[in-house]
Amino acid sequence: MSVGRGDVDRDAARPEIDVAREAARADDFERVSGPAPMQGLLAVNLVGLRTIMRREIRRVTRIWVQTIVPPAITMTLYFVIFGSLIGRRIGEMDGLPYITYIAPGLIMMAVITNSFSNVVSSFFSAKLQLYLEELLVSPLSTATIVVGYMIGGIFRGLAVGLLVTVVALLFTRISVEHPFITLSVVVLVAAIFSLAGLLNAIFAKTFDDISIVPTFVLTPLTYLGGVFFSISLLAPAWQAAAMVNPILYMVNAFRYGMLGVSDIPIGVAYALILSLLVILFVANMWLLAKGRGIRS
Amino acid sequence: MDALRLEHLRKTYPNGVQALRGIDLVVEEGDFFALLGPNGAGKTTTIGIITSLVNKTAGRVVVFGHDMDRHREAAKACIGVVPQEVNLAMFEKLIDIVINQAGYYGVRPRLARQRAEKYLKALHLWDRRHDIARNLSGGMKRRLMIARALMHEPRLLILDEPTAGVDIEIRRSMWAFMRAINDAGVTIILTTHYLEEAESLCRHVAIIDRGTIVENDRMSRVLRKLQYETFVLSLEQTVEAAPVLDGYTVRLRNEHEIEVEVSREQNVNRLFALLSDQGIGVHSMRNKANRLEELFMRLTERSGSPEDRP
Ligand SMILES: Nc1ncnc2c1ncn2[C@@H]1O[C@H](COP(=O)(O)OP(=O)(O)OP(=O)(O)O)[C@@H](O)[C@H]1O
Ligand SMILES: [Mg+2]
Repeated sequence: MSVGRGDVDRDAARPEIDVAREAARADDFERVSGPAPMQGLLAVNLVGLRTIMRREIRRVTRIWVQTIVPPAITMTLYFVIFGSLIGRRIGEMDGLPYITYIAPGLIMMAVITNSFSNVVSSFFSAKLQLYLEELLVSPLSTATIVVGYMIGGIFRGLAVGLLVTVVALLFTRISVEHPFITLSVVVLVAAIFSLAGLLNAIFAKTFDDISIVPTFVLTPLTYLGGVFFSISLLAPAWQAAAMVNPILYMVNAFRYGMLGVSDIPIGVAYALILSLLVILFVANMWLLAKGRGIRS
Repeated sequence: MDALRLEHLRKTYPNGVQALRGIDLVVEEGDFFALLGPNGAGKTTTIGIITSLVNKTAGRVVVFGHDMDRHREAAKACIGVVPQEVNLAMFEKLIDIVINQAGYYGVRPRLARQRAEKYLKALHLWDRRHDIARNLSGGMKRRLMIARALMHEPRLLILDEPTAGVDIEIRRSMWAFMRAINDAGVTIILTTHYLEEAESLCRHVAIIDRGTIVENDRMSRVLRKLQYETFVLSLEQTVEAAPVLDGYTVRLRNEHEIEVEVSREQNVNRLFALLSDQGIGVHSMRNKANRLEELFMRLTERSGSPEDRP
């Protein structure tokens, strides 16, 4: 046994000390001397969170042929067809070459669909194969479980987003006008759609239920969310209709971060993004705590 | 301290099935406790409520003094569960499954790796640690679930039919393993349909039937309550009808075998004497069922046929 790595050696020397006893002791402690016992639970939740995160991230990298490659191929095709081939005939949009204009939108589209589908399929398989029970019987808090899955979704969204950015760089030059906005928007949007995926998975009972939302909600909203065009091209009535689409705000905020152009005020976009994030987080917490779709 | 205390536990499923109709149960720390009952009696429902996989309709669950409603995390941290239905991530490696499980209970990676080795070896799965769960046989999956349940070294281990579908050799080694864990101070609650298993392992037994506890006592006392034992006698010659033996109920099984009910007050010597008086020799004798099985059948006997059961 090596000396000097106190932390490690202590673990090895006391294999009997376990959370159960620790948590139990923390609880006794509470009754005797008031607050401070949360440390035990907090520590448990931090280790738990790291475990869920690591498992989710490993899942993405393990099945990378399913998780990373297909979106990269699809997005490459978008760049080739809409950007290079058709885009040349379109000319400029908002004063930018068309392929440059759509690049942020395509990155955002990849982030949205991949964050969503990562969490929806991972959580739904856990539910269907019953191994979600591992988490449900554990002492981990609902927040830990929600955040763990969310981070898995963000990871996949950003991984694919980064890949699409690299692909975009093969076709056009991209500058980043406002790095902080770019980065914060992409992370927040990935978080939102991870949580939306979780919500979908909680309600889903069959595999059909997890493909309905992407097909009938996500894809249409993304296509109409200003990925390929500026809404100034639309007739006023349609512009108003487009404004109720939250994805429009996200795409425009991201495009503003990269290119400095946006159809909508950036403050409004942030307000909407943050509210959606909070609403979805609370909804997931509430449903999971209640056991909706997971406890009989 | 009581490891587990259930008070007036009730469960009505959304479809209207009343699975539990007021269960009261106390399991002492260090006990090896059998929870028995026919299919659909409510064993898994009870375990589901204890492990918070099933929402209770009414009642109270207290684990090592922690009320499940008020100190849920502390209570949950004390429990390890091996479910009746396989709930493994089929595409994950054994080693990852058990190490992740430890993480969900806050066990740090280094300690988790040590325990993974300890428990996977104990359950003869160490050589398969890099296999994915799907490639295991049914019995191996069950053992993996036991190893998984032990990763946080729970004080209370609940096993819902852990030996179902496990071959006799492995079952024996599982028994030895469960005994060893119990000797180390872990309280065990076991459900099983192999009653000889419960009889040989458990110190306390509760029998649950249609959502109510119909028997709950020390195993030895429960067995003493058994008024009759049925023996099957294999005869040395053929008989046409069941011989009439004063004071005993006798049934003919076939021309070589008879069944005799012997009450606790009666003695078997007299039975043999009566038989040899009639010139009937006995070749061999065995219990028709083991004793617990006999009692179980009497306690859970139904008026209807098995198909009528809820
Ligand atoms: N999710 C559920 N929804 C509705 N009814 C259920 C559900 N789970 C169990 N039941 C019903 O509750 C009753 C008790 O079932 P339970 O699984 O607790 O029995 P058990 O004692 O574990 O039986 P077995 O020995 O077959 O495992 C049964 O009538 C069953 O049909
Ligand atoms: Mg059961």
